[in-house]
Parts: sequence; structure tokens; C-alpha cells
Amino acid sequence: MAKHHIEAVVNGDAVEFLCETEETLLDVLRDTLHLTGSKEGCASGDCGACSVMLDGRLVCACLVLGCEVGGRHVETIEGMAKGETLHPLQQRFLEHAALQCGICTPGFLVAGKALLERTLSPTETEVRYWLAGNLCRCTGYDKIVSAVMDTAAAMRKG
Amino acid sequence: MAETMTNGPSQTYVGTRTIRPDGVDKVTGRARFGADFDLPGQLIGRVLRSPHAHARIVSIDVSKAAALPGVKAIVTRDDFADQPSEFIPAGEMMMNYRDVVRNVMAREKALYEGHAVAAVAATSVAIARRALKLIDVTYEVLPHVIDVVEAMQPGAPLLHPDLFTAGVEPKPDQPSNIAKRVEIKQGDIEAGFTKADVIVEREFKTAAVHQGYLEPHAALASVSEDGSTELWCSTQGHFIVRAHCARLLGLDIGKIRVTASEIGGGFGGKTVVYLEPLAIALSRKAKRPVKMVMSREEVFKASGPTSGATVRVKLGATKDGKFVAAFAELKYQAGAFQGSPVQPGTMCAFAPYDIEHVHVIGYDVVSNRPKVAAYRAPGAPISEYAVESVVDEIAKKLDIDPIDLRMQNAAHEGTKAAYGPKFGPIGLEETLNAVKKTEHWNTPLRKWQGRGVASGFWFNIGGETCASLTVNEDGTISLMAGTPDIGGLRASLAAVAADELGVPYDKVQPIIGDTGSLGFNFLTGGSRSAFSGSMAIVEAAKQIKTDLCARACKLWEAEPDQVEFSGGHVKPLGALAEKVKPMSIADFAKVAGKTGGPIGGVGRINAQGAGPSFGTHLVDLEVDPETGRVTILRYTVAQDAGRALHPAYVEGQFQGGAVQGIGWALNEEYIYGPDGKLQNAGFLDYRMPVASDVPMIDAILVEVGNPKHPYGVRGVGETPIVPPLGAIANAMENATGIRFTELPMSPPRVLRALKERSLSGRA
Repeated sequence: MAKHHIEAVVNGDAVEFLCETEETLLDVLRDTLHLTGSKEGCASGDCGACSVMLDGRLVCACLVLGCEVGGRHVETIEGMAKGETLHPLQQRFLEHAALQCGICTPGFLVAGKALLERTLSPTETEVRYWLAGNLCRCTGYDKIVSAVMDTAAAMRKG
Repeated sequence: MAETMTNGPSQTYVGTRTIRPDGVDKVTGRARFGADFDLPGQLIGRVLRSPHAHARIVSIDVSKAAALPGVKAIVTRDDFADQPSEFIPAGEMMMNYRDVVRNVMAREKALYEGHAVAAVAATSVAIARRALKLIDVTYEVLPHVIDVVEAMQPGAPLLHPDLFTAGVEPKPDQPSNIAKRVEIKQGDIEAGFTKADVIVEREFKTAAVHQGYLEPHAALASVSEDGSTELWCSTQGHFIVRAHCARLLGLDIGKIRVTASEIGGGFGGKTVVYLEPLAIALSRKAKRPVKMVMSREEVFKASGPTSGATVRVKLGATKDGKFVAAFAELKYQAGAFQGSPVQPGTMCAFAPYDIEHVHVIGYDVVSNRPKVAAYRAPGAPISEYAVESVVDEIAKKLDIDPIDLRMQNAAHEGTKAAYGPKFGPIGLEETLNAVKKTEHWNTPLRKWQGRGVASGFWFNIGGETCASLTVNEDGTISLMAGTPDIGGLRASLAAVAADELGVPYDKVQPIIGDTGSLGFNFLTGGSRSAFSGSMAIVEAAKQIKTDLCARACKLWEAEPDQVEFSGGHVKPLGALAEKVKPMSIADFAKVAGKTGGPIGGVGRINAQGAGPSFGTHLVDLEVDPETGRVTILRYTVAQDAGRALHPAYVEGQFQGGAVQGIGWALNEEYIYGPDGKLQNAGFLDYRMPVASDVPMIDAILVEVGNPKHPYGVRGVGETPIVPPLGAIANAMENATGIRFTELPMSPPRVLRALKERSLSGRA
């Protein structure tokens, strides 16, 4: 069967690609567009390592088909820093040592940023439940939660 | 030449929370992990796996698959030469290539569901998948055995007809699933128990659990026409991968170059090979690069979990709380091939305590499960869970505070461990003191809440290590290590190099070199990489300092005792100081060509003197009597780090290990159906802790310096997973009055126990 021709916007850039019906957005991002910052940990929506924003909504790229994103806006980890300036959450992840191996980090950053776009005053419990769709096996979450809380506090102050 | 003191107070970066040099790449998605590599013209490799737990492989017909357009290579057992049976030390575990070749590709039999039977390389994923369906395997299904105790029974389905229990006299005349019996003995156990006023004896059971690294195994191999082989893979030890692949495929080690990708977690599970030899074998046949990545289901079914086990512990104490005799019998699942971590489990069981009479027996038992791989302090959490549970029960019986009881019996400097050595300076008592002083220990609890404490021990290892420092033309430093950075190694080593050479931290650029760039490195494991790596860096820096001093002597026409290296400079001493100015490393870099050529040092060591690390954990939890769900309310870890090179990443090890232990204690388990198939091979059903399951983990860094290390460092990575199982079980007893002897303490099991108690009228 012929591949689908899709036009979308990824990290602000117009892209077009061909994809098979069964290819996921994650397959397209990684294999076709070579944006390998989104990771595949499970391919079943359980680990959050492929978290991306689709039209401003947090989704697992492994649960979205490539041919579903026609005409839509996708934001990935690769679009998070602006020029040489890291997003405050990226900076705080470094300062708090909120990553060990780093494989889950892109997903946590995309998901954490999505939370901060909804509220700059999350409680620890809210942060923990918001991030409950992202698995990290290295850190025990302590420093990740601290980094998110600390970023929110800093952004509140402006 | 005089040298700066490495252990003195002048450290600028060691002991501080520097930003990791590889950090920006990891928060921007730039860092390349195992599955992030591609090569032009690459094929996709996929593995056909056994659907049966135990089956003879009568025949494998690949002709239909081979005829499918787009299929470029197929490998089966016929492509891997058999290996002789010999045991080789592999870090904390032993290995036998006879078994490794059979685990990589099933030979006579498929021994577990998911066992690799064939692999294909094709031009697309879809074609590779179709090809797998066209491979015709004829199986003769055999009876299987999953449980370790059942596997030990006479008449149990036999996995290996040539497996005779080692370590027993006389040698058995019948094969069995018991691969090995191990034993440690100290004193006279019978006499010891006669001195006891109180004896507690219990049997415990733990489930097999997976390391649960987020990154599935991945490998990309490219073999050229002359046999030169390049491999990119996610591994804890690329030199070990090279050695295994060379052996399994009959290649010269020098012909293989392995580059370790960034590694997305390993915890011991990426110390062995699965896909790597298959990818090389397929690439060798196809003469094209072959990329292979496991699915999560494959990770669960075909890569190493750690053992489930049955453990019996008997501990005797005098009425004033002195442990006098300790016995344990451990039965560990090895999976389909021998080699469970029962030996370290045996050695660790009573290691935190100073006990005169000790006897521990261990059995290594095969069954139709995936072959176990190392998992963080392999073997220790299981045996120490059982022991810490019994210690708690003794404390309760004698009405002694559980921390005080542990303190009274704690191993300390000079204690002879039952497994052999006499301990040097160790920090168990300090961790107990630290925990007892916390506000946490003294906070009141409510109904259905409980508090538990447990201690833990792990040996740590050193081993072969090679690392280099190169002074670049502008005086910046390139640091190369040969052990994959799994959680902040670059930051730790860069801090050591910066302090040793007296240069700014951000002028040191660390990389992980490939197997062609450095001498042999043992893997990242055994809590060794920061310990051994920093020793190698100290050695490399020493060579540079010696060399620079010699160059200064030539330039200044001075004698060696007229110069010294300090603060990043070679300084003239005495009268010479009036004639010449100190020279910085950058100054030497500028004149390197004129003073002897490139400047650098290579530390090539077999690191000795790894100091054991002890820890004590404190946990509060609450049991929901309606659902059986257990919520961790509060958690404190105190552990001896010797000297924390990077305190934040040391805390991270404590916190991460504690949460892995929480998962092990409360939820994680391999669940098999009667058909011998794994029923929960995914993250939805294999329930690892998520952020909302756990509280903040308070980390207390105890630093009792290791005298065998220039900075006092001890390995810290593994001990943190040892105490949680016991601490949580003890807190469960405190909350409910029920001694849980089976892990995980999952909601159904907790609910059942609460119901049984209420039926028996003891509620």
C-alpha cells in the first residue's frame, strides 16, 4: 500500500514526510525526521519516555500514528531550548542532578514543562501525579520533583 | 619533586555539586543512546523467540524466510560454534561460554519462553517481521518447571541432562536442576545455638524481579569484507562485549571495535550479551550494517531478571541481645542456566553483624526462566531481607530497640566477616547513629502506620581500569575513561582531574573512549567505576605532573628538588624562584613541541582495596486495610560513601536504590501461568514505582574514609538496594502485627493476610 504523505509543523518548522499506516509518531520522529531525543522505552504508553506536545497537549508519541499529525503542531525535546538558552527546567535538572542515565530525561522535561505551562504553583503531590506517567528507574524521583518545584518557584518570581 | 596532598582540604571540585559535563546533551535530546545510531544501508534485525517454556528443537527450516525478497541474512544455532564448558570470573558473577552461546541462541532445546531460536536481517521492519513468521521450527514440547523448590525435587523436569550438582561429596550419580551447593562456615554452629536464650527461625520467599532499565537493549553492527567489525551498543562494559563477541564468533579481539553508546540504565543487566553477537553474525553474512533493538516484551522475557528465592534463616541471641549463632539456607533461581548470585547472597547474609558462629548454605538452581543477570548488589537484597526480618523479630522478642540491637551486634573495624576477611574502617555504626538521630526516627505514628529499619552490606570491587588525561595545545584537558557513564561518572572523574592538575573543572572535557582507544577496562559494575576510575585518573595526573616537572628542570637547568607541582603550576623553589617564574599547564602546552612532544598520562591499574559500604534505611508506611495497598510515607537512607566525589550523584544512588528496593518489596514480580509463560511482560503489569508512589528520599552521607583510596572513596551504587526489603517488611509488621515472609507485599497478598488474621480472630 502506498505511504501516506503528511505535512506538519515540528518544533516550529514545516516538515513533510511519508509514513506507513502503522508507523507511530515516535517512529516518524526518530526514524524519518531523525529527532532521536524522544525515546522508546515501552511502545505502549506506560513509560513516558516519548512524551511530546501535540497541538499543546501532552501525549505519548508511541500512542499516536504518524498519519494522525497532518496539519498539526508537534513539539519535542529538541525544540525546548531557545538558541543557546536552556529552558529553566532544563537548567534546574542539571543543577539538581535530576538525571542519572538520562534516558527518561527528555520525557520528564517535556511533561514537566507542560505542567509549568498550566500552573507555576504546583504542590509536591500535584507534581508527583502529573509525572506519574513517566518512569525513571535511576533517581527515585526525588531530585526530579525538586527540580520541577524549584523551577516553578523561580518562574513565579519571574 | 613534592606533590600536593590529594586527601587534604585543598580540593576545589571534589566533594562539590558540579554540573555534569555531559548534562546539556542529556537535557536537550542530543545524547545518543543505543537505539539512536544509524548507518547508511543498514538492515533491521529481529529475533524469533521460543513460544514454549521448555521444548526440544527438532528442526529449523529457514528456506521460506530466506526466499522472501528483502531478507538478507538469517542465523540460527548452526551459525555459532559450540563452546567448551569452563567457568570464568565475570566481576561479581561467574560465567561459562558453553551456556552463553546457548543463551544467545538456543541449541538443543529452548529453555524458556522468549529464548532466541533464530534471527533475521531484512531491509525493513515489516519484512523482518514477515520473515520470522516464515521460519518453520519444529518443537517437541517438554514438561517445564518454574518454581525453585519444585525444580529441586527428584523427578522434576530436567533442564540439562549433563548437570550434576557441584560442591557436594560424593559427586551425585544422577543429574538434577541443582547446579551447585555453596557453603560458608565460621565457628561451631551447634555449640553456638546452645548459648542462645532466644532463637527465631523462619522461611522467606522472594519473587524474580527485573532491573527495569528504561532503555531496551540495542546494538548496531557493521562487519566489512575483511572481517573488521564495528559495534555500537548500550552496555555497562564495551570491553566485555568485545571479548564475548570475539569468543562466540571466532574473531580476533583486535578486529572488533566497540563503542558504548550513552546507556539508559543497566543496574547489572547490561553486563552480558544478547543482541550483540547476533547483530555481528547477521552483518557478517549480509555484509551490511545490522541494527537490532529489543521490544519491552523481549526485555522482560529474554534479558536477565534477578533470582527469586526461598531462604530459611535461624538466628540465636542471648537475652541481653548478643547474636551468638546464625544459620541460613538459600535456594536461588538461576534461570535456564546455572549462575545465580547465590554465592554473594551467602557471603552477604550476616555480613553486617559480628557473630561468632555462622553457617550458610546456598543452592544454585536452574528452572525454565530467563537466565538471571546481575542486579545491583546481586544476591544480597534477598538474603539480607530474610536476615533483617529475623533480626527485627529478635529485637521485638527481647524488647530491645531495633537500632540498638543492630548497634550492639554491628560489624566494625577488626570484625572478621564469616565470608573471610577482617574489616578495615567501616561505617555501619555511624549509619545506625545517623538514623537514630533523625527527627524521622522520633516522629509519632498513627494506626495502620508502621516504621521499619534495616541495615545492608555490599563488598564493592575494583578491577582493571585504564583512563587517560591529555593536555591539549591550549592547556585544556581531555579525559578519557573506558567505563560507560551510567550516572555521573564523567562529573566525578572531571572533578578529580581538575583538582589533581589544578585546572578549572570546565577546562576538563571527559569522554568515554571506545575499545580501540584505551587498554582493557572491566565494566561499570560492582560499584567500581568512580572508585577505580578516580584511582586511574590520579595515576594519569601523577605522570603529567612528573613529566612537567622534568620539562621545567630542562628549561630552567634545575635539579628535581628545585621544582614542585602545585596549584596547576610547576613552581621554582628556593633561589631558583628569584630567577624564573612558575609555569602553568597552559604554558607547558604552548612549548610542548620544544620540550619533548605531547603531554599526557595514562593510568593503567588493577584497582585494589575497594572498601565495603554499609547502609541503614528507615521507612514509615501506611497500610490501607480496605485495599491492601501500602503507601510509603517517609524514607531516610544513611550510607557510608567513604568520600563522596560528587555528593548529589551519591545521594542519587541512595535514592534510586531505595526506590528500586521499594518496588521489589511492594509490587514487582515475574508472574507465570501454568503454561510456563510470563504473564506480565510490560510496564503496565510489571509495576515499577512511579513518582506518585514514593515520597522524597532523605539521604544522609556518612563518610568513613577508605584508607586504600587516595580520596577515601568507597563504591556506593549497590548497597542502597539492600536494606529496603527488610526495612519495609519490618515496617509492615510494625503497622499490622503481621510478619510478611513473602515478597512482594502487593495489595492482594496484604489483603489476604489481613483477612486471614481477622478470620482467626486475632484482629
